[in-house]
Order: sequence, then structure tokens, then C-alpha cells
Amino acid sequence: MKHLLGIENLNRDQIMNILETAESFESINKRAVKKVPTLKGKMVVNFFAEPSTRTRLSFEVAEKRLSADTYNMAVSGSAIQKGETLSDTALNIQAMQPDALVIRHTSSGLPNMLADIMDCSIINAGDGFHEHPTQALLDAFTIKQKKTTFKGLKVALIGDILHSRVARSNIYLLNKLDADITVSGPGTMIPVGIEKMGVKVAKTPAEAVRGADVVMMLRVQNERASNLLYPDTREYSKFFCLTPELLSLADSEALVMHPGPANRGVEIDDIVMDGESSVILEQVSNGVSVRMAVLYLLLGGQN
Amino acid sequence: MKRRDLNEKKVLMNEEAIENSLNRIVSEIIEKNPDLEKCAVVGIRTRGEYLAERIVRKIKEIKGVTVPFGVIDIALYRDDFFKSLSTPAVGPSHFDFDIEEYDVILVDDVLFTARTIRAAIEALMDYGRPKSVQLAVLVDRGHRELPIRADYTGKIVDSDKNNEAVALFIKELDAVDKVVLVQK
Repeated sequence: MKHLLGIENLNRDQIMNILETAESFESINKRAVKKVPTLKGKMVVNFFAEPSTRTRLSFEVAEKRLSADTYNMAVSGSAIQKGETLSDTALNIQAMQPDALVIRHTSSGLPNMLADIMDCSIINAGDGFHEHPTQALLDAFTIKQKKTTFKGLKVALIGDILHSRVARSNIYLLNKLDADITVSGPGTMIPVGIEKMGVKVAKTPAEAVRGADVVMMLRVQNERASNLLYPDTREYSKFFCLTPELLSLADSEALVMHPGPANRGVEIDDIVMDGESSVILEQVSNGVSVRMAVLYLLLGGQN
Repeated sequence: MKRRDLNEKKVLMNEEAIENSLNRIVSEIIEKNPDLEKCAVVGIRTRGEYLAERIVRKIKEIKGVTVPFGVIDIALYRDDFFKSLSTPAVGPSHFDFDIEEYDVILVDDVLFTARTIRAAIEALMDYGRPKSVQLAVLVDRGHRELPIRADYTGKIVDSDKNNEAVALFIKELDAVDKVVLVQK
């Protein structure tokens, strides 16, 4: 495996290998010296052309814990603002011989294009509406820690499915591990024909949450015009917010997940977000181990 | 390579020989470390882990002392990480004790170039500063590439550096206890 462009093209064994490797990295993140020399001398460029707190910091922490040299780029302050095309920027980065490029961009499919024109490993850190593979992997890793098996696991995915690359990557991944996925959201946010991806569409969030083992909430993405697809935030929240009442329909051991950043009171209630079922901050901790595993597996060996 | 795919040339140690060697190693450990309470035994994954477990059990049988036990994985500390053909599988390391307070006895199956031991020592140091590190190996096949020697050695064997290998089969994983010379 050279690149991580999405979950769609991974097979079950590759996914499980990443999750099992991530388990080995957990102990490093808990000890006093949180660093191993594995990627000493390797160069990793983080290019985030979209705002990000968690993912960017998480990748940087993962890279540094593996002793790679990391370089961060943003669009503001780069020559893209002077009119350089993205592919020229990519070729110029390439000319400095990086070993990996971590890319976050608003254009769906951009990481695939970069994988064609660049020699280094490309890691997709979220591209437009397409995929966010490391998020789905860290979600699966978090589930794996808490639940015995993915087979038949009932997962409710609630919110803006249409614009969510997190939803897309999670659907691919959980389906490959034989989970049972139900989506729910405002009709305008459920893509037509999504059943073909192997999910059920619930008529109400209550129907999706009932008996669920995992409830994954998605963010209302106002920067992607989510707000044009429903009348107003209060109305969205009235129907789709994960409240203690809605959560009470789920299995008593259900996990509440959210990829962040959360809009408190819009898609998730404070009490639920800070409650016992919530594993939202564990998802963040696990993100580091999973990204270390991805870097390790992509950059190790001769290929 | 899987143990069952190895081209076995000769059995160097059978179950009884392994048992005798471990018993001797354990007596030497006890003799050299009068204060066993300060000792900890750490096995190098994968097969060193099981030898270390046996050593801990034998110390308990003879002296009634349960010494702390740990496992260390060296994949992340290898010096051939970018030279090997595939990424080495990595497993978890675990210690449930603070190594700073202990004389640590590292346990591995076969001592060869000693590059594994160097990596294990470096990994160990990232968990803290042990009072001392000693090395116990079941087999020493020579051909060192680093200035490292074992404190406790089960058996010294002759082998060709490039065309032969020495492999331990252990009941916990391979259903049988034996050390074999392998033709590469």
C-alpha cells in the first residue's frame, strides 16, 4: 500500500491490519517518552487547504511521535494566493523530495490526482464530499475497543449525509466489516439512491436510533451550504438533535460518536455530548494511534 | 517466514535440552542477582516473550519470588526499517512496573548479529532508565555485528552466517519445543 486515498478501495484485511497496528501504537502515546525513532529522516508535508483543528494536529502529533520531519503548509501564505496552480504547487513540493504528503482540500478527488502526478505517498485528510479515510479508521478503532465484533453491529448515522465525507468513508468501512448501517437526516440531505451503498434509510431519527449499538452524529456543515437544505437551525435541532430522550431508544450500552467539531445544541445536546455514552474525546485520542499506524504502514519497507 | 515452511537441516536442541538450558540460566540468574526483588524479566517479541514467561515461572518455583514480567516489541526501533521488503508487523509492548527501579533481564531466543538486542535496549530506555540490563539467550550462533554479548547463554552453536539460520519452535506457538538449524 503506497497511498491512503479512501476506504472504498481497501479490503477487509488491509483495514484490520491498520486497526491492529494502531493498537500497538497506543502504549507509546501513554508512556513518558512519547516518541519512537521509526521514521527518522523521513519528510512529511501537511497541506491543509481547509480549516482543521483535530485532523491537522493529530497528523502532526502522529508524525512527530514517529520522528518524521514535518512541514505545515496552508493556502494563506502560499504561492497559490499569487495564482500558482495546485498541480504546479504539488510539483514544486515534489521537487523537495518529501516521503509523504497529507492533504486536506475542498475538491473531491484531488488526492487521487496528486497520487498520479507525485512520487511520494499521498494521505487523504479529507477531500470535499468524497472521503475522510483516517476519520473512518479511527471511528472503527474506537468501536473495536468497546464492542466485541463489527458483524451485525447496529450503527445509526444521523445528519447531513449528502455533504459528509465522514459518512461516506464510514459507510464503506463499516459495510466491509459487515455492520448494519441505518442513516437518517432531513430528506434534502439524504442522497438519492444511497441504499445502493448498502445502508437502510430510516424515516425518522428515532427509527434509526432504536436498538442501535453505535450512534454517529454528523455535523451540520454550514460552510457547505447545509443551511440551504433545511428551514432553520432550530427546526433542524427539533427533529435531528441527539437528546437524552432520543438516545434512550438506543441499546443501553450504545456509544455516541461525533467526528467534531460539534455544534452543541444543534445536532447534539450538551448532556449527551458530555454524558457517559459519549466517546467523542476518545475518538480524538485514538486518532493519533490510527494515523501513526497509517504512516508506519505506508512509509515502511522498500515499497 | 512461517515456521512450517522452514527447510530444517538438523535438530540442535530437543525439549529436554531446552528445559535443562533454561534451568541452568535460571540458576545463574539467581546466583548473580542475590536481591531478586529488584529484578524484572522482559521478553523480546515474539518467542523471547514465552521464554521469559518460563524463566519467571521457574524463579517463582525455586525462590518463591514473582519477578515483574514485561514484553518488548522492537519493530519500531529496527535499523533496517527502510531496507526490509515489507513493513515489519508491530505488536504492543507492555510493562506493568516502573523499569527505573529494576535490574532488567532481557530474554531472546537466538543471539546473532545483536541488532535486535541493540533495538531492544533502545526501546527499553524509552520506558525509563533501568538500574542495569542483562541479557539471557537460549542460543548464541555467533556472527556479531555489534559489541554486545549475553550474560546467560543456553547453548553456543556453529552456523553459516549467510546460508543457514537457527530457529526456535516453542510449544506456546508451534506445538513443539525444539531448536533447529535451517538451510536458507
